[in-house]
Amino acid sequence: MRPFAYVRAADVDEAVRAVAGEPGAKFLGGGTNLVDLMREGIERPATVVDVTALPLAAVDDLPDGGLRIGALVRNSALAADPRVHARYPMVSQALLAGASPQLRNMATVGGNLLQRTRCPYFYDAAAACNKREPGAGCDALGGFTRGHAILGVSESCIAAHPSDLCVALAALDAVVEVRGVGGTRRIPMAEFHRLPGDTPHVETALAPDELVTAVELPAVPVAARSRYRKVRDRASYAFALVSVAAALEVRDGVVADVRLALGGVGAKPWRARAAEELLAGGPADEDAFARAAEAELEPATVRPGNAFKTRLARATIVATLRELSG
Amino acid sequence: MSTEVAEAGRAEAVRQVGRPADRFDAPEKVTGRAKYAAEFPYPDLAYAALVHSTVARGRITALDAGAARAVRGVIEVLTHENAPKMRPLSRLNLGSFVKGTNVDYLGTDQVHWNGQPIAVVVAETPEAARHAASLVRVTYEELPAKLDFAAEEPHAVPQKGNAIMRSAADKGDAHAALAAAPVKVDLRFTTPPQNHNAIEPHATTAFWQGDRLTVHDTTQSIAFLRKHLAMRFGVPERNVRVLAPFVGGGFGGKGMVWAGTLLAVLAARATGRPVRLALTRESVYHTVGGRTPTVQRVALGADRDGRLTALIHTSVARSGGMPGQVTAASRHLYAAETVHLRQSLVDLDLLPPTAMRAPGEAIGTFALEAAVDELAWELGVDPIELRMRNEPERDPLTGRAFSHRMLREAYALGAERFGWRERDPRPGAMRDGRWLVGMGVATAYHPSLIMPAAATVRLGADGTVLVRCGLHEIGVGAATAQAQIAADALGVPLESVRVEVGDSDLPAGPMAGGSAQTASAAAGVLAACDKLKRQVLALAGPPLRGRKPEEVQARDGGLHVGGSGMTYAEILAGAGRDHVEAAVKAGWARFLARTARDGRRWVRAASGAQFCEVRVDADTGEVRVSRWLGVFDVGRVVNAKTAASQLRGGIVMGIGLALSEQTLVDPRTGRVVNPSLAEYHVPVHADIPRIDVHYLDDPDPTTPLGLLGVGEVGITGVAAAVANAVRHATGRRVLDLPITLDKLL
Repeated sequence: MRPFAYVRAADVDEAVRAVAGEPGAKFLGGGTNLVDLMREGIERPATVVDVTALPLAAVDDLPDGGLRIGALVRNSALAADPRVHARYPMVSQALLAGASPQLRNMATVGGNLLQRTRCPYFYDAAAACNKREPGAGCDALGGFTRGHAILGVSESCIAAHPSDLCVALAALDAVVEVRGVGGTRRIPMAEFHRLPGDTPHVETALAPDELVTAVELPAVPVAARSRYRKVRDRASYAFALVSVAAALEVRDGVVADVRLALGGVGAKPWRARAAEELLAGGPADEDAFARAAEAELEPATVRPGNAFKTRLARATIVATLRELSG
Repeated sequence: MSTEVAEAGRAEAVRQVGRPADRFDAPEKVTGRAKYAAEFPYPDLAYAALVHSTVARGRITALDAGAARAVRGVIEVLTHENAPKMRPLSRLNLGSFVKGTNVDYLGTDQVHWNGQPIAVVVAETPEAARHAASLVRVTYEELPAKLDFAAEEPHAVPQKGNAIMRSAADKGDAHAALAAAPVKVDLRFTTPPQNHNAIEPHATTAFWQGDRLTVHDTTQSIAFLRKHLAMRFGVPERNVRVLAPFVGGGFGGKGMVWAGTLLAVLAARATGRPVRLALTRESVYHTVGGRTPTVQRVALGADRDGRLTALIHTSVARSGGMPGQVTAASRHLYAAETVHLRQSLVDLDLLPPTAMRAPGEAIGTFALEAAVDELAWELGVDPIELRMRNEPERDPLTGRAFSHRMLREAYALGAERFGWRERDPRPGAMRDGRWLVGMGVATAYHPSLIMPAAATVRLGADGTVLVRCGLHEIGVGAATAQAQIAADALGVPLESVRVEVGDSDLPAGPMAGGSAQTASAAAGVLAACDKLKRQVLALAGPPLRGRKPEEVQARDGGLHVGGSGMTYAEILAGAGRDHVEAAVKAGWARFLARTARDGRRWVRAASGAQFCEVRVDADTGEVRVSRWLGVFDVGRVVNAKTAASQLRGGIVMGIGLALSEQTLVDPRTGRVVNPSLAEYHVPVHADIPRIDVHYLDDPDPTTPLGLLGVGEVGITGVAAAVANAVRHATGRRVLDLPITLDKLL
């Protein structure tokens, strides 16, 4: 690991100022991803600003029945919160499907939004990677692509977004609250992560000085009946090949409300709006679920190593909706 | 049967052997007091880190270590331009037997694989060493490289065999018999390369005092490593001390001498400092060989009753390291009328493979036992019944006797305990909600070997016993097992026995490999105990004076004839001795002669029946192993607890082989793409169900104490049992490991 300066911030504004004044400075939350990447020489911040002492670790009720989750709430704490269990089971399930208990005890909600891809070519400094070094090329193209995305990809980058939590947040229309030197702003989840295009190194809408301070979950009544289903290569401690965050309400055999988002297949946490539109107001049966899944996956760009993901995603969407409709 | 061996097995009423004794080292390990190779402190210790090549083949044209040298705390950057030269290997030296590769590290500008160490940074802290290593800039002249196993497979050349490891066999005309067979299967299997992931990554602490070298190393072969280092660094063997009191898992990955060990010793010599080189997990992937990939063909012909008329098993694997015996089980498992076995190898410009738990047998039994299962489907016969119809009375190829063969008993007991009768034979017929349930079996088989081992046994006047043998505590409870054996041989309580292991100053123990360590050391320890008893008897007064050793029983802390006897303390006190010691030397010539002789007399192996239940998600193809039962014939069991752990551990590793483990080598670059525990998927706890292990506990009549080895047989047959259960659950035969869900969608 290369040497770096370590600063411990006492309040939010001090943290933001510390990063704003240092090109290449990074906020440090749980460190479960950043420290790994620093060890690998992929992230090379000159300064690390530790924000874990900031008062951002509360989960508060919102007047509309939603929740405001501080950016420093640990994954394990959020997963265990009874309000999350009751109102957004998919959030709790997504958190518990990720990493290991030790990592979940460290990892923060804010950091989870900023997780970087697990593309092995991104992780190997000897490989070409446009995300790591703009313009260098992409060794994933023509390489091993089992873990790579099929939706939202570009010729510059086919990396998948690795987060489980973000898939649930995408389904729930969460809002990300951030603070920079210019003040506070609110970014809808759908706009928080960026598609790679020809700038895969730009991953989020955050400005360099902006710190994630909270995530707000609006009231989503349908989410009380929701599910996060993660399919992977072993039973635990693996990233998703495909994951599905779904909420479904069926009235008289008709889909009254539905939320659907996908993980493991998207260049960013993938809200399945095409599928939702097809499902809404229609029959809640196997055929409808399959048609909706196919519509969502129709624009998929596959490679030999990840072509199975369209079939797997379709099967997982159908199975999850079937379970919720039963 | 050799008479001395039979007596050793019979004379001692078994008291400690067989008991589930707690391992002696458990408190040390649980409390963290047990010291491993990277934990020995030295004043002035320096730390090393490796720089790995990023091309597969070529030569270094420029190496700029300026930035690395400028890092604060860096002591030296060793490269091919400034490193002291190591001596070449000698064909005549047994230490050459454990070379991991032929590469002359830092001796030339040549690069032989992507990830080869090309420089070593030595610094005051491990952090400075690693950071500086990342700053070394290298340019290469690249040369064409052969990197794609699949592409090179057609160019494979026959593997050379030898007296112990044969590589080809023919009985009759198997191809004609196959063509004429009314029922047949002919399948092509592939297994991927795999890497070692012992919990302790390889590490070395090396310290030179003049021409004397002390090395703390993660090794499974202390005696060979010592010879190897003496040869490579040009010092007498007696000047080299290798210490390995605890090793955090071996599995074959620590049997050979790899770059990390050599370069730590080289760095210590070059800098005059004690040097520690603890490999990162990634460096283990780049410098320590793993399991070879294979392509295998198994073709079976049978008559309509399921009797095998033809058995063809051919394999293509990678050359280098220790060639695996991929088709070995096919020599011994089935009474086929005709047999054709071939093993071939391809050369690649990659880090050579090495032994990895049942190197050939783990993957060879996958292909053979999956093909037998498929034949059972073709015939509509129960797969256990098909095996029993083809169970040979004598070794099928040679006609020699089996020293021990209890597969019928293993399958009968296994079927009863597993509930095999409740299996609905139709594919996909057993269902539990979204899960398709399947049950599969396969035969486990691993040859049994005994290697030379020296040992001394010292009896104190207080009745305590010290056993000294340079064997390896790689996590199996090896010392405890030898204590149990010595306690019974001398008739003393287990608490009276202490065992010293893991040091080249001790009598040379066997390598911890080939499932042979416990049986090999037992032979030495038993012989030393026998010698010791004779010496003690010779010192004894009445009522023992003049008694023949055969008349005397060792029990209750002394020697006895009928109802009368004396304690060891009494005998030694009477003779005015404070201790008696007996030593047994290891003889390689005798070992080779005995191995050849035994091989002509009988076929000896551990075996077993693996029973697996899987659940396959009907929508997604996810496979979960839900139940496991293994019934093993491993001869006598020394320690019921640690033996079961080894067998269970083999099954766990086999489940990884079956479902998830695979080293991804990019065929464009030769680069390992997943060199981490996050991306290389060993099984996690959630992947492993309760595993029931039974052993038949019937001593083999041809080995000391009747041991057949437990280290490797547990992994054999596992991948086939999983594949066969998946076949039953889904109707799909997966021929390519690992069985990932995409192959079942």
